[in-house]
Amino acid sequence: MAPLVTPILTWTPDQPLIRMRDVHKTFGQRTILNGISLDVMKGEVICIIGPSGAGKSTLLRCINALEPIARGSILVAGQEVHDDKLDKLALRRKVGMVFQQYNLFPHKTALENIMMAPIHVLKRDRAEVEARARALMRKVRLDGKEDFYPGELSGGQQQRVAIARSLAMQPDVMLFDEVTAALDPETVKEVLVAIRELAQDGMTCVIVTHEMGFAREVAHQIYFTDRGVVVEHGPPAEFFTQCRDERTRQFLNQIL
Amino acid sequence: MSTSPADLAVLKPFRLPAASRASTALPINAYHGVMLVAALMLSAGVGEAQAGAGAPSIIATIVKWTPLLAQGFALNIAMSFLAMALGTVFGVALGLGQISLRSPIRAGAWAVTQFFRNSPWLVLLFYCMLLLPFEVRIGNSIVPLPGWVKATVGLALPVMANVSELVRGAVQSIPFGQWEASEALAFTRSQTLRMVILPQCVKRMTPPWMNLYAILTVATPLTSVVGVSEAMTLTGDILSSEGRNELLVPMYLYLLLWFFAYCYPIALATTALEQRFQVR
Repeated sequence: MAPLVTPILTWTPDQPLIRMRDVHKTFGQRTILNGISLDVMKGEVICIIGPSGAGKSTLLRCINALEPIARGSILVAGQEVHDDKLDKLALRRKVGMVFQQYNLFPHKTALENIMMAPIHVLKRDRAEVEARARALMRKVRLDGKEDFYPGELSGGQQQRVAIARSLAMQPDVMLFDEVTAALDPETVKEVLVAIRELAQDGMTCVIVTHEMGFAREVAHQIYFTDRGVVVEHGPPAEFFTQCRDERTRQFLNQIL
Repeated sequence: MSTSPADLAVLKPFRLPAASRASTALPINAYHGVMLVAALMLSAGVGEAQAGAGAPSIIATIVKWTPLLAQGFALNIAMSFLAMALGTVFGVALGLGQISLRSPIRAGAWAVTQFFRNSPWLVLLFYCMLLLPFEVRIGNSIVPLPGWVKATVGLALPVMANVSELVRGAVQSIPFGQWEASEALAFTRSQTLRMVILPQCVKRMTPPWMNLYAILTVATPLTSVVGVSEAMTLTGDILSSEGRNELLVPMYLYLLLWFFAYCYPIALATTALEQRFQVR
């Protein structure tokens, strides 16, 4: 299928900010994504759940072109991601991502971690960036920790710095890849609170998570994926009480 | 909020146990220094007994020649500095070539690195002595290339190859997540290398790099074989001018002591840095 070259100007807010259609992805012989379609409207929060190996993380990583796809179409604000001529850097300026392992830069302080990309990628003025970085540190409740190195912070604190670092780029959409899976149980909550506040502020979020209670509370749509396909999706109230598919039921029984 | 961490399936964090790596520093310690001094004293005493009455004392002879030996040793240090500087500059470039995204550059850099890393140092030294001209013309002026300069280039080649491997190894030891996070923040590859990857590599590379310097320094006497007037050559000259067999062992032990005195602090610093970096 020839890549669709869609100019960015055609996107209007009544269209989905992210539109995936029939996305296929393979690693060698293994099929990871087998025809994924989903829509995310601006300001919407969707949670992707499913057993491990379902392709949730891969799906997320395809949205900001960290992984190429084999077939299908991903439109982010009208821009086709599956396109050889894609300006990956321009796409990634609009799409923030937070990882399971935080991946902070260990040789930079928390504040410097947040400031680096806006200064060097967006070429913003240093003073302006610093003011915004300090505001972001306050937002994730880490004021006072600006000059700490990642190694001196707890997992939950590091993950909140990572969220602030991503937000400093002022993205249109945030991707969260199992961001609490590596955390001590007592620090999970502080990270989830930070994401929930972000969602309440109207940030478009795509969240891969195993935290069902959190997903139920924060998501507008829940997508259940298994073996590379979306098995079913719906608003949380319906999804958790009246799911139709047997696989979904089994998964929820195991995890809840 | 309704999410209680206790009733959800949450993975406990997984932490690798701190690896207890063997030190890369030269395996020398203060005990070796004491043994060296003791051996020097013992051989001087034995030499004194062999020489019999009337001959000047061995220690006095050693002291007499010390200024000349120091001159020669200064050349050893100068060559080690220069070779290290040259080798580091070209080695870093070669190491970056080894991680290039373009496969011809990668293959070329790899081949050059392996060739110079696995060739005997002495062979490389001879090649440089024989292949480099004794003078080069730069513009209108003719710059002479004395033997010690050519020898320095010869020593810089294996240093370059080793630094290249250090760079490649250090870059590849940085967790992949660092690359991913930088990519997701829209850094270009060169920005990622310059601002994220290489600064972290410097810390990892410093102890083995210092160790490489110590190895290079103890290799500088190799240049005596190709006729450079450094400390080893001068020791031979001193011995032949004195013409006393009983001086042989003490004199070379004395030279060894010079190298020990220079490299021991480097080994100490290397170990100290390694331990400090491991804690973080």
